Amino acid sequence: MNKVVANAQEAIKGIENGMTLLVGGFGLCGIPENSIHALVKSGVKNLTCISNNAGVDDFGLGLLLNNHQVKKMVSSYVGENAEFERQMLSGELEVELIPQGTLATRCLAAGYGMPAVFTPAGVGTEVAIGKEVRNFNGKDYLMEYAFDAPFAIVKAWKGDTDGNLIYRETARNFNPLMAMAGKITIAEVEELVPAGSLDPDHIHTPGIYIHRIFQGEKYEKRIEQRTVRKK
Amino acid sequence: MPLDKNGIAKRIAKEVKDGSYVNLGIGIPTLVANFLPEGVNVVLQSENGLLGMGPFPFEGEEDPDLINAGKQTITTVPGSAFFDSAMSFGMIRAGKVDLTILGAMEVSENGDIANWKIPGKMVKGMGGAMDLVASAKNIIVAMQHVNKAGESKLLPECTLPLTGIRCVKKIVTELAVLDVLPEGGFRLLERAPGVSVDEIRKATAGKLIIEGDIPEMQITN
Repeated sequence: MNKVVANAQEAIKGIENGMTLLVGGFGLCGIPENSIHALVKSGVKNLTCISNNAGVDDFGLGLLLNNHQVKKMVSSYVGENAEFERQMLSGELEVELIPQGTLATRCLAAGYGMPAVFTPAGVGTEVAIGKEVRNFNGKDYLMEYAFDAPFAIVKAWKGDTDGNLIYRETARNFNPLMAMAGKITIAEVEELVPAGSLDPDHIHTPGIYIHRIFQGEKYEKRIEQRTVRKK
Repeated sequence: MPLDKNGIAKRIAKEVKDGSYVNLGIGIPTLVANFLPEGVNVVLQSENGLLGMGPFPFEGEEDPDLINAGKQTITTVPGSAFFDSAMSFGMIRAGKVDLTILGAMEVSENGDIANWKIPGKMVKGMGGAMDLVASAKNIIVAMQHVNKAGESKLLPECTLPLTGIRCVKKIVTELAVLDVLPEGGFRLLERAPGVSVDEIRKATAGKLIIEGDIPEMQITN
């Protein structure tokens, strides 16, 4: 079993024009920075990116947007990104906005081998248009399908050479879910350690879900909203 | 005098029960945490994957891995727990979160809420709001009574794309505290200090129900 690849460039091999990618992170927290940089360099185009947010103008998935490499975004929240909003309102970029919990659960369903789930989020709103509604115990639910994506790209704090992953604090967010949902999942980690050196009780994502792993060259970990109090 | 943002947050803080799990939306709702009465201890849920959200970090102690759903740097309190986004919305959907406080652009007299999109002008997305309003046991809306153009945000029917239907239980604005009756209508419960029932009536486009004398809000601390 050899899952370790040398770098981000190596890891994203096989991602081609027009493909759908699941990309972990929440805002700029826990995003696969190195893989995104490699995708920008690769010039791959017409991507559909499923990710909670779209980064900011000059970081995260915003870099791919600025480079016009993204055809469609599937996200729950896209505020705080001027270029994204411009491309969306002008029609250059196709955008599907879905509730955050629905996004998470559609990943979960894929990773759990379930074709669809029922959720009340969006009942009676435009999110429900075209979707099957089922009533359980007097309450309406929308049927939402599991995502079907050839690649997922996630970021973890620590990983071992077998692909077992541990996330840190709120940088966990969508990463374990997207890791489960990809047909091929790429994990980049801050620290790659030999298999056997992580406590099995502490693993968040078992290595079975991970196909390629590498230690990111550099992590900027940009903060989107720096809020502090005085000592 | 109408309340300022902190005033609205202070009034909402009185609604929060000791020992509850609470999700606070971005904006005025976030301020509520600053005004919880003494003896009221709650666990704040941040839907990006944290129970036990604490205050902003001290300068120089910001951690890029530790943010709230508004992407602000935060801290944890003792007893906190991290989890992934599916579990986060799992606990919301399963009704484990006792109270959701969020902002709104419009609320209708049957409890519908709109807060994520102005077609052709502004599209931020619903984030976790649709999940929260579809499942929360109790929803309090914190908002201005009228928009910047002077139009009422308490309407017979929402004009903007909906976030959820028949879900809002209570509204606190700079002018009033109102609840939304199951059969429809905004029932006026309290007036902001010095604000008349007439002023509230003028600022409310939806059906306003006024029963008896309406007391002034009691806001301390």
